[in-house]
Amino acid sequence: MTLLECKHLTKKFGKRNVLSDISLQVNGGHIIGLLGPNGSGKTTLIKLICGLLTPTSGEIYVNEMPIGTSSKKVISYLPDHSYLNDWMRVRDIIDYFEDFYEDFESIRAYDMLAKLKINPSDKLKTMSKGTKEKVQLILVMSRRADLYILDEPIAGVDPAARDYILDTILSNYDENASILISTHLISDIENILDQVIFLQNGVIRLHTFVDDIRQKEQKSVDALFREVFKC
Amino acid sequence: MSWNLDSDRPIFLQIIQKIQTDIISGFYQPGDKLPSVRELASEASVNPNTMQKALSELERTGLVYSQRTSGRFITEDHKMIQHLKSELAQKIIEEFLEHMSQLGIQREEAIALITETIKGETK
Repeated sequence: MTLLECKHLTKKFGKRNVLSDISLQVNGGHIIGLLGPNGSGKTTLIKLICGLLTPTSGEIYVNEMPIGTSSKKVISYLPDHSYLNDWMRVRDIIDYFEDFYEDFESIRAYDMLAKLKINPSDKLKTMSKGTKEKVQLILVMSRRADLYILDEPIAGVDPAARDYILDTILSNYDENASILISTHLISDIENILDQVIFLQNGVIRLHTFVDDIRQKEQKSVDALFREVFKC
Repeated sequence: MSWNLDSDRPIFLQIIQKIQTDIISGFYQPGDKLPSVRELASEASVNPNTMQKALSELERTGLVYSQRTSGRFITEDHKMIQHLKSELAQKIIEEFLEHMSQLGIQREEAIALITETIKGETK
């Protein structure tokens, strides 16, 4: 079964085409990097898949069903900005997620918090930007979802914690689940990716296996990205 | 244990080399059980699919075999391991000679340099 399928997806904001004729398929069990320069349409594509925007034309299917309640149930989404209430304590947010999502596992959340030395009684308000990001990622990865969509998950986090977060991502998803990660920090994450999608001005420039890039071009994904998107 | 993988060469090839080296050096003994794909992937910070691909390739060459329910094991064929060892050693020597010839150093001179270096070490 195809986990995610986009067919001729187009999104316009006013007259501007933000995404034009995007078609792609993703099966379960992959970690896919969604890469592209600023303004290439990464976040827009993610928001369409999450059902937060509606396409101008084209279709999206998750588990062969159109976007709706059923797709939201199986997608765990980390947005590029926080939507959590600052006055809440981590513990309260975990309770909230527990109520909200059937597939949320508090035990895993508390376990990851302990490993990153985050106190569950702390309020979000008192935390640094990086720590808040860690909390959000923990919440997202504590669900047993089919598709994890992470929009810039490691941007504000220090390099040491980045390693732990990548490890968290690797060890906390099911074998049949897939992860779509959008980021600029390619060199930090490229070893955990098995596929990449290069997005440029709203069209897919490249969708391929990472080791194919290394084999054919003898280059890292980071080096290829710099070459393709040279300013 | 550090994996030190480069991003500009296929990761699965580097994983294969790394595990081969670990077998030859005796880090993994013949008959040892390998950690699971998950554990290895997490240790090396690579995608589990990539690790799976590398292990399948090692299995194809016979260096590793899998028992359906209990996991993957290192071959108990000592000859095969010996053979791999001399094969890899051969490759390293060829690469070394290639580098030397790029520096304009001929074989005899290279051998003399090696002997000298070893003498220096044992002093």
